[in-house]
Amino acid sequence: MTDQTQMHETSPTTEATDNEQQESATTPTGVSDLLSESGAGMAGYNYAYLDEHTKREVRRGVLKAISLPGHQVPFASREMPLARGWGTGGIQASLSLLGPADTFKVIDQGSDESVNAANIRRLAKTTADVETTTDTTEASVIQTRHRIPEEVLTDEQILVLQVPTTDALRRVDGSDDANRRRHAHKNYSKMWVALYENVVKWDEIQISARYPAMVNGRYLMDPSPIPRWDTTKLNDADSLFLFAAGREARIYAVPPHTDVEPLAFEDRSFQVERFDESCHRCGSTDTYLTEVTGDDGVTRYACNDASFCEKRAEHPDLSKDHHLDEDDVAWGPETPDPILSDETGGEDA
Amino acid sequence: MSLLDAENVTRFYGEFEPCGDCVDLTGPTHGRNQCPDCGTVVGCADVDLDVERGEVLGIVGESGSGKSSLAEMLALDLAATAGNVEFASYDGNLLDANYEERVDLRNTNVGMVHQHVRDGLNLEFTGGGNVAESLLAAGWRNFDEIRARVRDLFEETEVPVDRMDDPTDTYSGGMQRRVQIAKAIANDPELVILDEPTTGLDVSVQARVLDMFRRIQREQDVATIVVSHDLGVVRLLADRTVVMRHGRVIESGLTDRVMEDPQREYTQTLINSVI
Amino acid sequence: MTILEIDQLRKEFQMHVVGGKRVVGLDGVSFDVADGEFLAIVGESGSGKSSLLKCLYRTYLPSGGAIRFESTDGSVDLASCSERRLLELRDDEIGYASQFLDEIPRVPALDVVARPLVEEGVERPAARDVARDLLTALNLPEELHDAYPATFSGGERQRVNLARAIAPRPRLLLLDEPTSALDPETKAAAIDLLDRYLTEETTVVGVFHNRDVVAQVADRVVVLDDAALQRVVDVETYAEETSSEIDLAESEVGV
Repeated sequence: MTDQTQMHETSPTTEATDNEQQESATTPTGVSDLLSESGAGMAGYNYAYLDEHTKREVRRGVLKAISLPGHQVPFASREMPLARGWGTGGIQASLSLLGPADTFKVIDQGSDESVNAANIRRLAKTTADVETTTDTTEASVIQTRHRIPEEVLTDEQILVLQVPTTDALRRVDGSDDANRRRHAHKNYSKMWVALYENVVKWDEIQISARYPAMVNGRYLMDPSPIPRWDTTKLNDADSLFLFAAGREARIYAVPPHTDVEPLAFEDRSFQVERFDESCHRCGSTDTYLTEVTGDDGVTRYACNDASFCEKRAEHPDLSKDHHLDEDDVAWGPETPDPILSDETGGEDA
Repeated sequence: MSLLDAENVTRFYGEFEPCGDCVDLTGPTHGRNQCPDCGTVVGCADVDLDVERGEVLGIVGESGSGKSSLAEMLALDLAATAGNVEFASYDGNLLDANYEERVDLRNTNVGMVHQHVRDGLNLEFTGGGNVAESLLAAGWRNFDEIRARVRDLFEETEVPVDRMDDPTDTYSGGMQRRVQIAKAIANDPELVILDEPTTGLDVSVQARVLDMFRRIQREQDVATIVVSHDLGVVRLLADRTVVMRHGRVIESGLTDRVMEDPQREYTQTLINSVI
Repeated sequence: MTILEIDQLRKEFQMHVVGGKRVVGLDGVSFDVADGEFLAIVGESGSGKSSLLKCLYRTYLPSGGAIRFESTDGSVDLASCSERRLLELRDDEIGYASQFLDEIPRVPALDVVARPLVEEGVERPAARDVARDLLTALNLPEELHDAYPATFSGGERQRVNLARAIAPRPRLLLLDEPTSALDPETKAAAIDLLDRYLTEETTVVGVFHNRDVVAQVADRVVVLDDAALQRVVDVETYAEETSSEIDLAESEVGV
């Protein structure tokens, strides 16, 4: 327990510090010892940080979640060496799944380089002895926050999504008791009323992220705060999606080839984000873009998926399914975007 | 066959194990509805009634007579202790319907207008949203069709259409009652249950709500059970009336007959007590 | 042809409020009503006129006897048939105008009168046209047509009530003192309207106080006395019989 506390208090920053600490200490006095390449500081820690009981508990939850697509399965979420809300659910799920043969990637809002993503990646590397990567196509397990990669995931990959809010119905009713009852009886009329009122107010459904979706025609699911852009990637995918919430102690899943349908009216269909710009770095027009303000104070649009953007910068024609044998694999919004071209045409006219 | 045929409907309340003689030891002959042996309260017992398609049945009685328990059981809101209810749109004893069947039946076959608005409406939703909920629950998924239907229902129930996108808690009591009626009839149910339809409304509003409901009831030929302590309400709406006391039906018949030629002593007293 | 056959009709009231006291309202009344006939029921106050009418409509539950009604679906005993059957008959064949208007308060007079027609399936505008004609024929001022009857005088309300009862032209129409509160001029208009609007298809059984009215509208007269049938006579006989009594009776009662 003390070790964990220390680990939390002095989160690693640079490799240089690690080396210094390693030379001067034989018993762990700080997190740097634990992170040593030799593994000497790992004494007393179980493989992949979590004890076997915890991993078994999480795996059981994962199996149950896969059996009941979209259903929120409770699990005994453990204290983790970082604050809840920073991906503790995702870390528990990832560490329970990882084995030495895995390659692990961590994305935080599209970026592999955020402090949190780097730390999680390093924790797995140190404790589970896995390879790490920033290349989506090379990873076997990808932990992510707020995004699904632009490159098509395969049946050999698992995407672990960090989840802050597990229940889509909490938008319309704060009572989890009432909401669980609704899920049990597939009673989603209150959510539908919220959508109805949304359309009344805006003439379209204005939900930017966490867009509620029906999974396998049975459970309404909060797909975590991914943009609408990513929501359709969940439908009939080759990969397994796991959603894990540490604070709320819930796991749910979308198994491969499961129907995931965003709620919408027949005459007010689900719409993804549309961008009139292209990425200022790689020139992409078929990826999810975010506004970035540079040091010069100018706001530009850039790919949110940094690793794919890097590839595109070198190979502008690289398709999202470039790593697959087949072509034109369905993955998120259609590309090239027919509506975008239409709209552009309309504006010109 | 009747639309609804209820036999022996019984509901006990209380924390004690019923002693077995509760029904025999309570009722109008004993002048009480609590069993003296075991303390069980007999909300209603041995109630038989039937409702034909398009017919309006009134249930009158004082507070504690068991009329609300009866209405709630028939509206699938309350579990029964015993009884058998045949309902045209349900195969088997309606009182045994499981939660999911109840939700389905309430969405499409049985409309309920609650005495307390919070039991019937979500006040944070718009009035239109509340009515739309019935349609959405029944599987409507076309926004424009839903809008059109909600607008029609507002017109039908005489709620100003230009208020349909305002939150329901900004509506007057009379408008809220109308919205409840609009919601109850949205899916053309076979049966509507009105629980004290005028309670809490101004006298002038009461009359208009009753008139509006009677018009809709006749035009759509929807069977209705109206529960009220107010004989005037039942007189204006109901074809037939049952009178309840101490959890039992003590008299039933054509409404005008019950009002003008009451047979039982209690009914005579009740009728003569009207101010 | 006989449309109504009343056989040993008996009505007894048990007044629980006054110690279960029994009051006899009708004591074995029997008479027939012919199809298309206008039958007046007369008698002193308390002789059982209204009780008889209410038994025919089943507002009172007869204590004994039979009321055979030739409905379009065959013969039915109004004293003992099921309540459902009776409700059907009320919807389709039997109309009733009570002495007092019993209506939802905030409904305009025109709609009160039009309602039975609308419920029969007549389009609302057409039903309101009929209602307007009837109310106009009964001298109800036009400005009252869209007002609420609750605010009307007794005579005005009675006109609305009468118009509503006759509007659908039921096969059997029961009228309980439909003109009691009307001034002579309106009374004449009402009688004229009954005569004009109702065809041979409608059989009327009406309770009347006023002998002149009876003489003008009725074909035959049933005289009740102290809960029993005294005699049934045709209207000419009745008129002759009573004309000699009128002066005497009216001076006694002070009408």
